[in-house]
Amino acid sequence: MSLFRFFTRAVGNSPASSAPAARERLQVLLAHERASTGKSDLVNVLRDEIMAVIAKHMQIDSEKVSVKLERGDKVSTLAVDVEIPFDAAKTKKKAA
Amino acid sequence: MEMTGAGEQEREMGKVIVVTSGKGGVGKTTSSAALGAALAKNGAKVVVVDFDVGLRNLDLVMGAERRVVYDLVNVIQGDAKLTQALIRDKRVESLYLLPASQTRDKDNLTAEGVEKVITALKKNFDWVICDSPAGIERGATLAMRHADIAIIVTNPEVSSVRDSDRIIGLLDSKTLKAEKGERIEKHLLLTRYDPLRAERGDMLKVDDVLEILSIPLLGIIPESMDVLRASNVGSPVTLADGDSAPSRAYFDAVRRLNGEDIPVTVPGEKRGFFSKIFGRKAA
Repeated sequence: MSLFRFFTRAVGNSPASSAPAARERLQVLLAHERASTGKSDLVNVLRDEIMAVIAKHMQIDSEKVSVKLERGDKVSTLAVDVEIPFDAAKTKKKAA
Repeated sequence: MEMTGAGEQEREMGKVIVVTSGKGGVGKTTSSAALGAALAKNGAKVVVVDFDVGLRNLDLVMGAERRVVYDLVNVIQGDAKLTQALIRDKRVESLYLLPASQTRDKDNLTAEGVEKVITALKKNFDWVICDSPAGIERGATLAMRHADIAIIVTNPEVSSVRDSDRIIGLLDSKTLKAEKGERIEKHLLLTRYDPLRAERGDMLKVDDVLEILSIPLLGIIPESMDVLRASNVGSPVTLADGDSAPSRAYFDAVRRLNGEDIPVTVPGEKRGFFSKIFGRKAA
């Protein structure tokens, strides 16, 4: 660090260093990625198990079930969207 | 694929190291060659295996590009014996190279073939260093498959750190050791470290990278012209100039690999107060 830079930094005039930003972004990103990878099957597992539970009581189309895991800053949300046909309960009863 | 030699029965099985990173261009091949040469110079019998099928470069970095006759794929497919494909280094006689194929693609690497080659090499060498290709595809997963030790080469830069994190995840799940429920030994090798940028605060700090990846540090290799010069002349940096900063850093890393506990110096952090105030001399 040159004499000039030494003083400019001392009085806080130098542009902010970028490393802390890099560190912070990485920490946030990797926290999410670690939670999702390795458990990238998690969403699929959840989907299958949720479907199995619902299928006990009504007939549903596996194509019409969506399971989404969305990350937020503080919390993540799990959204399960199941399309149920009008006569699902009936059909299931009949079939059983 | 068998290699015969006296006393082979008594030889302890060698250790397999994978040098990996996920990201390309961070210094895997440079580090594989440098570490291999350093280990061999200390007396160990070492083979460095290029897994980058289709884009081989280890031969070039080690100065053996004109001596390649057979390669890893030839051995796997039974077209050549392992002994025919191994190239002995002209400078250090206990250092060998097993080149990758330049004309085939990585689909020619089979899990069984790789296993046979690695098993044969372990019987005959103290260290088997697998230079992984970039990415997380077949070549990279096969390179790490049989590793006892992983060296994760990382630059102090966001995309490299992210990719390293991903690779660590793969090492903990896709390697044989991981599948057997054992722990694979992992080390971080921080390369292309630039003290000037670090001082300006524009490069991730060593501690930041260590904290984020949370694996032990094997060494810090400074960004240096010596690395480029060594590759220009086809020499591992540890054989080109044993006294250069990167060379010393690699030799220290090798001592740590052998279990020695020596402190890691951060390049550029030895300068005193005066040099900080009055600036550096043109270096």
